[in-house]
Amino acid sequence: MIVNTFQHRHAGHCESGVTANLLSFYGLKMSEPMALGLSGTLTFAHLPFVKVGGFPLTTYRMPPGSVYKGLRKPLGLEMERRTFRDPAAAEAALDAELAAGHPVGLQTSVYWLPYFPPEMRFHFNAHNVVVYGREGDDYLVSDPVFDQPQRCPAADLRKARFAKGVFAPKGLMYRPLTFKADFDLDAAARRGIGKTWKMMLHAPMPFVGVRAIERVADRIAVLDKKIPDVRVQRLWVGNIVRMQEEIGTGGGGFRFMYAAFLQECGEALQQSALLDASAQMTIAGDEWRKFALLGAQFSRKREGVGLPELSDQLRRCATQERQVYQQLKAWSKSSPL
Amino acid sequence: MREDEVPQDQVKHFGDARKAMYAVDRAGHYETVASSGWEVEATVTGDAVAEFRRLAEAARARVLRGEASPLEFHMHDRRMDLPTLAQTTGLWRWRIRRHLRPAVFARLPERLLLRYAEALGISLEELKAVH
Repeated sequence: MIVNTFQHRHAGHCESGVTANLLSFYGLKMSEPMALGLSGTLTFAHLPFVKVGGFPLTTYRMPPGSVYKGLRKPLGLEMERRTFRDPAAAEAALDAELAAGHPVGLQTSVYWLPYFPPEMRFHFNAHNVVVYGREGDDYLVSDPVFDQPQRCPAADLRKARFAKGVFAPKGLMYRPLTFKADFDLDAAARRGIGKTWKMMLHAPMPFVGVRAIERVADRIAVLDKKIPDVRVQRLWVGNIVRMQEEIGTGGGGFRFMYAAFLQECGEALQQSALLDASAQMTIAGDEWRKFALLGAQFSRKREGVGLPELSDQLRRCATQERQVYQQLKAWSKSSPL
Repeated sequence: MREDEVPQDQVKHFGDARKAMYAVDRAGHYETVASSGWEVEATVTGDAVAEFRRLAEAARARVLRGEASPLEFHMHDRRMDLPTLAQTTGLWRWRIRRHLRPAVFARLPERLLLRYAEALGISLEELKAVH
């Protein structure tokens, strides 16, 4: 049972990659940046009251499931989503879909996927993959963050699909049922871009958006008073950088992907304002990379890299991002639908 | 980020795997470039792994001194903390905290031990000892 026509494409992030690859297979050619941008999944949030591994949750994207949920309206996309109580039933349903020639998306826990390098296996339950075949006891897995398709024994996949805790997958299996192949790109792009700048500039609470980036910068500036232990300070900063750069969550990477989206839209719709915004977003991504570099140097006790430098760099990220969203806002307002 | 700025630091734990990154080519066009990893990412990931290892080693010493139950070691060894273990087992945190005491752990019924073994992905024998 192998769906040979399924094309594995290497992607920067799991969920947008899975969504784009599945849609492309089922008849709507779509790039990964398009899936990210049209769904409006780009964001920044820092939630001090939600702890992950003892550190505040910092995220550069909307919660799991946002990519395909965000595409529901602009593309008229309907996903068939099934969760299971019984692992055996989940496996049988997966086999039935494969026998019918349907590759499906699955939600899994990174920790239990054996093909991941051991250093990267953390308890993160919202990793998305496509399964497109089964050979004996192995499933053929198209994991978009790997350049080549992988194999995963059935027992491990079962464990990964039924991991418990935050974002527990409950065996979630999904595939696109209906969508408009001739959707209106202009309207969809305006919608997705509007969603993003509204959230980033005007979120009603300071935990989300550009203000949240500045808030983290403020927190870093006084971190030595809040957390006197230097080792914990390093882990605290390291955690933000890890959420930014690690496989599948790349925050700096998301900025570049969004810039790619703005470029693709700008060209398709012949809007030079979007091309300008794309170039500015690239600069924002570069600022984030500088922050990551400083963060790692701080972890390595490099001379001259302290909390004030980190805080300043993060503020530069915020300033640059604010400018991009204001540009996008001006574009939205100048030529309304 | 330009194509030639995409990090190619040959991060060891990547092995043959590559990561896709979006970068612009000379003409300013975006495309994906396969990266062999970035030192920065390896550093922070390594720190996070090392922290779990440090906790596990500390727990091992405490187990050997009879101050903690093997459960504490296995929890950190499997890269979990108390909230994560509570969520995966469906037990209350205070109960698990109690089970971290050797005397309490020694008297646990098999059904509870199995629940821990299942959540941690190890066998009953492994759960009862530190390796």
